[in-house]
Amino acid sequence: MDLLIIFTKCLVALLLVLQVGILLLWVERKGSALIQDRVGANRANLFGGILPFNLGIVNTLMADPLKLFTKEDIVPEGADHFLHWLAPFLALFPLFLTFAVIPFGDVLEVGGRTINLQAVDLNVGILFVLALVSMGVYGVVLGGWASNSRYALLGGIRGSAQMISYEIAMGLALVAVVLTFGTLDLQQIVRAQGQLMWGVIPAWGVFYQPLALVILFIAGMAESKRAPFDLPEAESELIAGFFTEYSGSKQSVFMLADFVEVAIVAALVTTLFFGGWQVPWLQRDGFHFPGGLSLALPSLLVTLLQVLSFLLKLFLFCWLQILIRWSLPRLRYDQLMNLGWKRLLPIALVNVAISAVLALALQGWTVR
Amino acid sequence: MIAFWLLAILSVVSALVVILHRSPVYCALALVNTLFLIAAMFVMLDAHLVAFLQVIVYAGAIMVLFLFVIMLLSAGDEVRLEGRGGLRLAATLTVAALAFELGALVVAKRGENVALPASFGSTEALAERLFTRHVLPFEITSLLLMVAVVGAVVLARRKA
Repeated sequence: MDLLIIFTKCLVALLLVLQVGILLLWVERKGSALIQDRVGANRANLFGGILPFNLGIVNTLMADPLKLFTKEDIVPEGADHFLHWLAPFLALFPLFLTFAVIPFGDVLEVGGRTINLQAVDLNVGILFVLALVSMGVYGVVLGGWASNSRYALLGGIRGSAQMISYEIAMGLALVAVVLTFGTLDLQQIVRAQGQLMWGVIPAWGVFYQPLALVILFIAGMAESKRAPFDLPEAESELIAGFFTEYSGSKQSVFMLADFVEVAIVAALVTTLFFGGWQVPWLQRDGFHFPGGLSLALPSLLVTLLQVLSFLLKLFLFCWLQILIRWSLPRLRYDQLMNLGWKRLLPIALVNVAISAVLALALQGWTVR
Repeated sequence: MIAFWLLAILSVVSALVVILHRSPVYCALALVNTLFLIAAMFVMLDAHLVAFLQVIVYAGAIMVLFLFVIMLLSAGDEVRLEGRGGLRLAATLTVAALAFELGALVVAKRGENVALPASFGSTEALAERLFTRHVLPFEITSLLLMVAVVGAVVLARRKA
């Protein structure tokens, strides 16, 4: 029974990240159309438009993957076949694992059991995420190298330099967050954010570490290699950068990896800075509003509300990233490096120093 | 036990690929694989922090830079150098000394059972040790790395 529960939790985490990734594919197509005042994908409709509403989402979700997976898989001449095949999986697989430690709810109380809504309860969760995100770069580097193409190689080299640079700022932002919460366990961090500041405001990470939030969000967007940080892909100069020589299903795996990375950044921001699954003033037994008003709710409903709250925040930050991706122009390569090394890194260092001093000097500053 | 032997054999095989394969890219990848397998061994020893730091720092950062350099130089397959008897002798002696040291350690510590504290491998326990008892070696290591960074910048400047 326990084994079954663990299996189910892992399956839920995997399906969650897959569904979010594929859904983002549609949101990106329709959302970019909305931003650019176009109609967007409109050829896929169910039942020939008899229904009063457009069911295009269903068809787009079916038609897009179907088209991609039935295309011819081309391996360029002189390419390293093994690495060319391996690279897309190296790009996607570590990202899938990341969601294993993201808590998507508090606990589920069913039949006398208390199930922790997190696929794997790891006491070094933040490091796990950081380690796997840093693995994603191999897909980019090898995809670029194995293709035997100048464009792809340039994209791969740019990708490795960019991801290494921004990983440092990202790690330092996370250090400041860890100083605030005093733990590396993501579920504990979310639980701590259920407290209230001065009995009114929820003690979310954003109120303690606003700078870390900005740094993590920018660095996370750079890690996902999308505009304004899409130098490794750079459509206007490198065709498609590191995956120029990829087609069919392998290319779609690279595309999916991009969207999964967007979802991971959103999940991290939600978990660390916006209370994860926490709903403001909602405790295990119901709402407790400041001012003494209370509303008792059954445990199952509370759990449901919390999971919905997590998903809502997740999609909000995914949408924010898509919005930025379609609104801002691309950085130049030197601007990219300057932003990473001369702006984000020093700010992150100062932030860590200030956080450390505050955590030592003011006992009440940290959230435990 | 099975997991240990599996990891041990795989990491030794992967380490052999590092030194025997002709393509530098494959050598670097095999090294990444070896580091990963060793990290898995750390996890089996309850040292989660060390394991993930190993993946982040070595597999995730240093090896990426290795690959970066290999790709920038676009190095082809290596050419085996024959001869150099002195170098070969020195290498053999070093390996023999290392093997002797490891063997002596295994023989000396055999059958010794040490009870582990409950907090073994936890972040708090490791940090406590690192910043109190081992703070001097820790700081000296940081200084050494600093020297290396400054040296690299100086050399790069002189060339340019």
